[in-house]
Amino acid sequence: MRKKVIFRGVALPYLLLVPQLAVTIVFFFWPAGMAVWQSTLRQDAFGLRTEFVAFENFLDLFGDALYLNAAWNTVIFSSSVAALALGAALFLAVQADKHIRGAGLYKTLLIWPYAVAPALAAVLWLFIFHPSIGLVGRAFGAIGIDWDYRVNGGQAMTMVVIAAAWKQVSYNFIFFLAGLQSIPTSVLEAAAIDGARPFRRFWTVIFPLLSPTAFFLLVVNLVYAFFDTFGVIHALTRGGPGNATETLIYKVYVDGVQNLNFGSSAAQSVILMVIVIALTAIQFRFIERRVHY
Amino acid sequence: MHRRTLLTGAMSLGVAAPAIGQTQPIEIQFWHGLAQPLGGMLEKRATDFNATQTKYRVVPTFRGSYPETMVAAIAAFRANNAPHVVQMFEVGTGTMMGAGRAVKPVHELLAETGVQIDFNDYLPGVRGYYSLSDGRMMSMPFNSSTTIVWYNKDAFRRAGVDPDKFPETWQGVAEILPKLKAGGGTAVPMSTAWLTWAQIENFSAIHDIPLATLANGFGGLGTELRINNPLVQRHMQALVDWQKDGSFRYGGRNNAGEPAFPNGEAAIMFTSSGFRARVQREARFDWGVAMLPYYQGTPNAPINSIIGGASLWVMNKGPAAGGGRSRDEFQGVAEFFKYLSNPEVDAQWHMDTGYVPVRRASYAIAREKGFYRDNPGADVPIEQLLRGGGTLTDNSRGIRLGGFVEIRTIMEEEFERAFQGQQNAQQALANATTRGNQVLRNFERANRG
Repeated sequence: MRKKVIFRGVALPYLLLVPQLAVTIVFFFWPAGMAVWQSTLRQDAFGLRTEFVAFENFLDLFGDALYLNAAWNTVIFSSSVAALALGAALFLAVQADKHIRGAGLYKTLLIWPYAVAPALAAVLWLFIFHPSIGLVGRAFGAIGIDWDYRVNGGQAMTMVVIAAAWKQVSYNFIFFLAGLQSIPTSVLEAAAIDGARPFRRFWTVIFPLLSPTAFFLLVVNLVYAFFDTFGVIHALTRGGPGNATETLIYKVYVDGVQNLNFGSSAAQSVILMVIVIALTAIQFRFIERRVHY
Repeated sequence: MHRRTLLTGAMSLGVAAPAIGQTQPIEIQFWHGLAQPLGGMLEKRATDFNATQTKYRVVPTFRGSYPETMVAAIAAFRANNAPHVVQMFEVGTGTMMGAGRAVKPVHELLAETGVQIDFNDYLPGVRGYYSLSDGRMMSMPFNSSTTIVWYNKDAFRRAGVDPDKFPETWQGVAEILPKLKAGGGTAVPMSTAWLTWAQIENFSAIHDIPLATLANGFGGLGTELRINNPLVQRHMQALVDWQKDGSFRYGGRNNAGEPAFPNGEAAIMFTSSGFRARVQREARFDWGVAMLPYYQGTPNAPINSIIGGASLWVMNKGPAAGGGRSRDEFQGVAEFFKYLSNPEVDAQWHMDTGYVPVRRASYAIAREKGFYRDNPGADVPIEQLLRGGGTLTDNSRGIRLGGFVEIRTIMEEEFERAFQGQQNAQQALANATTRGNQVLRNFERANRG
């Protein structure tokens, strides 16, 4: 069924590709190549003395308890963010799909958080959770819960997960809502006539039909949690307390920009690059094959 | 990494050969890391200097926080476009000292330009921090502060504690904490900002015990941390225990904990003397300042505390041979430093900002003008820097560790674990020592070759 465009000669198609290729080379291949090269070097901060160390930066990382800690944090953080953001968005989308009064307003309001910059979103949550200036933080204190995310790693992780997930709910919501609206009513009516109650209809009919959307969103959410949550963590906890909320991407920043340890930071970027390539490949490979109606 | 490549590109596009004509003043780029209102006061010093002569023009630019300014200056150097002068916080001193031909030492600058600055008049704690062990100055002291005690006199009165006399010793502090907890009426009796600067670095200095070997790193790159010693263990364990029983509250990294004092949550706060302007503006209660307490029975204690704040470093343009600076440019930098060292200028800076005067002469001027009569306690930080006669020991001269920014973060991380109850103070100090020494060895390796 694919439509094929036939060009006469090779000059025009290549010419048309040039802008895209140039952008890819300048903004991806060149910096990525530099990162790979830098990951084999050790340098002082000023770049005056350079030593080639081959894979030493990588070996150091895998032997570093803190790097493994950051990797573990990333697993916990990403899966929690994805679960929370997907779950909340699915619930809201199902509610919005019903015939309710003011559905338009409700949908619009739900989409708003997506437009808020991560750092601003984090500040917003700070005003909610800060133990001395935050509304909820003070309420916790008032009812006797010892709430202080600055000295409690579990609480800090909970807070960054909520803040990061909240931003992603809107995005997921739009996709789920579109997915729900594309489910033919005839299927649902047939199920209802067969005697399936709403709860059963959801799990046996709606949810399987939503699975391609859900899988796509799962990958997008994981990538988001891996790479786009720097702002939230930086503004809320700076990776602390201890290293309780330090994720892989945050550690790249700490080691490269704060500690000026370019070799190690580049090695960490290379590892992250491999992870994101793998995630993307999985998405492309599975999204149309394994998950189907 | 990416930022640097982009920077290189942007720089090479933007750099045109500066035309130095007879009428055109020579531009001196000056990057600083002070936010408003302090940044404006600093920029005013540059404007004032420009008004005193026509040959040079100092162009101050705000580059973000201290760490951001440091990173920006280093990236610019790598891209061959470093500023002439950069304001560098004291924690970055070790890194700058190891920077080799990236920096132009101030003693060289003054010798080559024939400009005289009387560094003997500078406070020893200030001079020592920024000089080599033989006394030659490496950078230009500018805004210095030290950590002192801020306390809420109203809370002291409510708790039945003498509001005019803050305890001189930690034993005394331990006695008043239960009273403050019972009757002080604040959320928590005591808190601290700058955990490592106040409670470990300055704590070690005033007790005359080493933070690291080789005179806290002044003696060479082979230095090792010595923070895991009985006195620091004792003190930090006390903080951990007080955190547990509610007498103390850790308020976060760097100065994140500061607001708890002016808003009345903590009756006692340890932080920079530069906190004064904010307390004056925000505190709705009677407050006082005091010198850091010490453990009674420690030989030699208390002696002088060490400084924080920042100094001005002269930078070469880039890694290319020769450094890329003209004689005239260096002359301009030297003249600017000479202007800043003027006691009148320095005294005014001190009175405007709350930073300590870096010269004895400026201290005398501020006193003559009645500044300390009108602002009781404003001389406490200076007196504390001169405590013990003002003769520095190897333990109180300052700290010169490469990668010190990272080491401070490590200490904070380990104590955040201790405050959560995951380890005791001794374990936190042992872990911080192991991890910190790794940073020192990496720095030694990168800067030796």
